Amino acid sequence: MQSTQYSLDSIRNDFPVLERKVRDNKALVYLDNAATTQKPIQVIDAITDYYKNHNSNIHRAVHALAEESTEAFEVTRSKVAKFLNVVNNDEIIFVRGTTEAINLVAYAWGRDNVQKGDIVVTTEYEHHSNIVPWQILTQETGAELRYIDIDKNGELMLEQLDEHLATGRVKLVAVSHVSNVLGTITDIKEIITKCKNAGSKILIDGAQAVPHMKVDISDLDCDFYAFSAHKMLGPTGVGVLWARKELLEKMRPFQGGGDMIREVHKFETTYNDLPYKFEAGTPNVADVICFSAAIDYLTKIGMDNVRNHEIELTKYALEKMSKVNGLVIYGPKNSEKQGGVISFNFEDVHPHDVATIVDKNGVAIRSGHHCAQVLMEKLDVAATNRASFYIYTTKQEIDVLINSLEEVAKVFKL
Amino acid sequence: MSGDPIYTEMIIEYSRNPSNFGKIENPQIHRHDSNPLCGDSIDLYVNTDGTKITEVKFDGKGCAICMACTSVLTEMIQNKNLDEVKNFQKDELLAELGLEHLIKTSPVRIKCALLSLKALKYGIYSYFVEKMNDVEAAGNLKEEAASLY
Ligand SMILES: Cc1ncc(COP(=O)(O)O)c(C=O)c1O
Repeated sequence: MQSTQYSLDSIRNDFPVLERKVRDNKALVYLDNAATTQKPIQVIDAITDYYKNHNSNIHRAVHALAEESTEAFEVTRSKVAKFLNVVNNDEIIFVRGTTEAINLVAYAWGRDNVQKGDIVVTTEYEHHSNIVPWQILTQETGAELRYIDIDKNGELMLEQLDEHLATGRVKLVAVSHVSNVLGTITDIKEIITKCKNAGSKILIDGAQAVPHMKVDISDLDCDFYAFSAHKMLGPTGVGVLWARKELLEKMRPFQGGGDMIREVHKFETTYNDLPYKFEAGTPNVADVICFSAAIDYLTKIGMDNVRNHEIELTKYALEKMSKVNGLVIYGPKNSEKQGGVISFNFEDVHPHDVATIVDKNGVAIRSGHHCAQVLMEKLDVAATNRASFYIYTTKQEIDVLINSLEEVAKVFKL
Repeated sequence: MSGDPIYTEMIIEYSRNPSNFGKIENPQIHRHDSNPLCGDSIDLYVNTDGTKITEVKFDGKGCAICMACTSVLTEMIQNKNLDEVKNFQKDELLAELGLEHLIKTSPVRIKCALLSLKALKYGIYSYFVEKMNDVEAAGNLKEEAASLY
């Protein structure tokens, strides 16, 4: 593809796995990027380098290796802050992933701030990780859980948010920035403004946004923001919770243990400063450090270029997919309004049959409920197929997908 | 597509028009089972006169592999002796649809193929243990069922 400003060929050369052959020597066409992305050689090398040359625990010992590791760990923190335009590095908390970040908020903030009679609002297109913690919290506290429904284009019906907020009882609105199934880009600026006016806190699940578009947290002015490294070229086991300092300072710790303390006595403990108060125990040092290389990689390409590349691919794919017999596409069907994610089904063909047929051609798509069973219920399907793109995806790969989908239509005589 | 075929005419046909599809009211054996991966979800209903299977039906939703295998299983056990059915092996079922290769090639999809057999083995086990109070007759059906995925 020539029209984007970056060289797709040289990007692809950085990803060893893209040379893989699968299923009877077919070139791998990896279209499951919403689940996790592949890793460039720079990230893979960083992890090897860490274990070969620097491995040590951080924040405690004074020896040379410990100092190097601690330094590298904190460098990643400042890179993350810069990447998101966050001024205060102490607001970046390293966790295991988006799921842990949201649970941290549900426990450490929710337990003290949500009471009987209060309302927590989420939406029909959330990942289970942005539903289940709120179910647990509201069940435990006697608070109420409410939803913002989606319309037929897979967009949120924001007038429902107005109704919820009008009760004056909403303590938190938890919403994803981009839907992992429909790809819908949420109008979060609008939602944030509404929440502020109504005095509600707002948490954003950015797992599908930070990897794919420029996210400026200072500009957004929300309260909590969560995402995962593994969906943006980084390693598994690393995620970030960003939260406002005033909130973090008032919150109780999530877990107790080493590193999160200042002084421990037999019956009382004083807690460490931010961000360490929320990073109990030995963190995932190696993976946090090599996450740096992923951020460098994306920064070099430029997030606007990443987004433009995905818009172009999505437009191309939507156009071609709409011509395949019997294929139904869910969501906005508009490349400007959605991320590089397309969910679809063939009328009366089970998604796993579709995935198996395209897999024979080396194409990796996801079939299932995508950890979004509330949304599946709304769409009235048990599962969908999902193709999701990233910086290394090419139009030729989308052509392989389309040919395989045509094969599905033929096999099932649609 | 290449490699061993899965989506043969026969499988597509069964998935579109499953055999013995429907429900038996108050059956002697009823087993619901599902495959969380696929969302395959079936109910198997069986009646027996104590020695033979007299009637068998199933309903539910599933992928083509699951629908075809369940259909074929219900055809194969109709009017068979319970003893025979107890010993029914997965290879027989898979061979009927040419899906033996799934055991090697797709540890994921094999679960779709064997869901109904698993339900059947559990169902017969419960019948012997709970309805007939005959643990001995149930043998190791439960273990066999558990080992099917
Ligand atoms: C929108 C969204 N939220 C949350 C998650 C959970 O992320 P993780 O499994 O990395 O914690 C995902 C990942 O599938 C996601 O797509």
